[in-house]
Amino acid sequence: MERIPILRMGNFLLVTIQVDMHDKLALTLQDDLTSKIADVGAKGVLIDISSLEIVDSFIGRTLANIASMARVLDAQTVVVGMQPAVAITLVELGMSLPGIRTALNVESGMQYLHETVTSDRDSEEYDGDSD
Amino acid sequence: MANILDAIRKNQDGLLEEWVQGIKSGVRRRDLIDDRELKAQSAEVLAAICDVSADTTLDNLNAPAWQPLKDLLAGLSASRAVQGFTPSETAMFVLSLKSPLFNLIQRQAGSDAKHLFADIATVGDFVDKLALHTTDSFIHGRDQVIMRQQEEMLELSTPVVTLWDGIVALPLIGTLDSARTQVVMESLLQAIVKTNSRFAIIDITGVPTVDTLVAQHLLKTITAARLMGAECILSGIRPQIAQTIVHLGINLEDVITKAKLSDAFRLALERSGRTVTRLEKSKGSALARYGEQ
Amino acid sequence: MTGTVTKTETLPIKDSSDVVFVRQRVRVWATEMKLSLVDQTKLVTAASELGRNTLEHGGGGQLEISEVVNGLRKGIKLTFSDKGPGIPDIKLALTDGYTSRQGMGLGLGGSKRLMNEFEIQSAPGEGTTVTVIRWK
Repeated sequence: MERIPILRMGNFLLVTIQVDMHDKLALTLQDDLTSKIADVGAKGVLIDISSLEIVDSFIGRTLANIASMARVLDAQTVVVGMQPAVAITLVELGMSLPGIRTALNVESGMQYLHETVTSDRDSEEYDGDSD
Repeated sequence: MANILDAIRKNQDGLLEEWVQGIKSGVRRRDLIDDRELKAQSAEVLAAICDVSADTTLDNLNAPAWQPLKDLLAGLSASRAVQGFTPSETAMFVLSLKSPLFNLIQRQAGSDAKHLFADIATVGDFVDKLALHTTDSFIHGRDQVIMRQQEEMLELSTPVVTLWDGIVALPLIGTLDSARTQVVMESLLQAIVKTNSRFAIIDITGVPTVDTLVAQHLLKTITAARLMGAECILSGIRPQIAQTIVHLGINLEDVITKAKLSDAFRLALERSGRTVTRLEKSKGSALARYGEQ
Repeated sequence: MTGTVTKTETLPIKDSSDVVFVRQRVRVWATEMKLSLVDQTKLVTAASELGRNTLEHGGGGQLEISEVVNGLRKGIKLTFSDKGPGIPDIKLALTDGYTSRQGMGLGLGGSKRLMNEFEIQSAPGEGTTVTVIRWK
């Protein structure tokens, strides 16, 4: 069965969506990612959508779901590389994806993950119960 | 009807002479076109009328056989528009073909009044349609000029400037309508990708009024930029616009707003981990240099 | 919904990979008409939303893509039709946030915002036809 590959880099999982996803493939990705986060104890997930030519409400919802599920599993999600035309269309469609962190490209996305995950660690060490 | 065309073919030279004379005595812009060019153009049009297949009739200008003539007239009127002719002058060029044609028909028909009348009606209709086609092409040419200028203006009106590595600004000037806001939005988002900028400042100091639609477009731009991973700061909101925004009930609460472009720039610098500090110069050295002068 | 249709293409929508094919074909049409990238994206996204509706709510159906000309304007018209259960309350279905199944409830209302013209014909038991136009 067709699958979108998930790469592991230390604490982080990397996904690059390069195909025109049909709905089942998006749902498979959601399943695969959540089980992988739990399996490897990932702290961050980076999803690169720079090659996606459209994001419709279903893909948008899947991305939002992945971010929420990852949060429950104690991992941060960042979606990177959304194209201007895609962003304009999503806004027009009525989806502003408020729960999703975004970054311009893989590099700044990784930087964001490093910063948040490290600062989480620090706060755990110093003042135990803060969030 | 075909015999009219035959008659035209046989009398091409005479018709041309009469036509050019007619144009010369009527409205003609000696300042814009010389005799030789006028004659050449007229001959070309006349040749195009004669140069159609035998079964072509004058009453159906939509027939494919007439296409070369129509193209020729379209090209002619476009060049005349550039030369500075008015639409009516261009139409008159074609319409003045009527009288030589009528004379020709009259000579051919002799005393057959019924035939004469029918032929004159056909030819009159034909020339009128040609003149209308010429005017249409003339206006179409102008429309294209206007459209091109509009596009150029839209491009000119959206200068996205880089303030610092990773910080772009878009100073908006003039009235924002829906079409312009759309272009502005697109070029800002493109610039964000191209310059890899995490911060974008939209400065509306030069925008006289903001209505609900424009405010919505601005909000959409800001949301779209956020989806791409960039943050927008709105600066230069005039007091009147602030009042309008509140009166219209537009929610700008999720948007970072700053009074001046410089404040927005400072915020963007701070958020990207930079600060602006004044270099400490010792008073002594400044005075010393002053003393040297 | 005025305009003269100059050419058409009909595609079946039977499963979710058909929706992907619909997106690809609509993209080809939009590129051929030289729509701007943003307009292309809006059109393809709307096609994706409406195609999914046809599949999930109408139990499958078809899409007719056509080029329409109205005076100087040219545009692309998409007609999605199914023989499914139909929509009992169209006004309600167009409201953002309304959803009959899973989904964000942005399909119909969102597609309407992405297009220049939007028309929906449906009655319970008689299927649904959604016609949209994006002018160049």
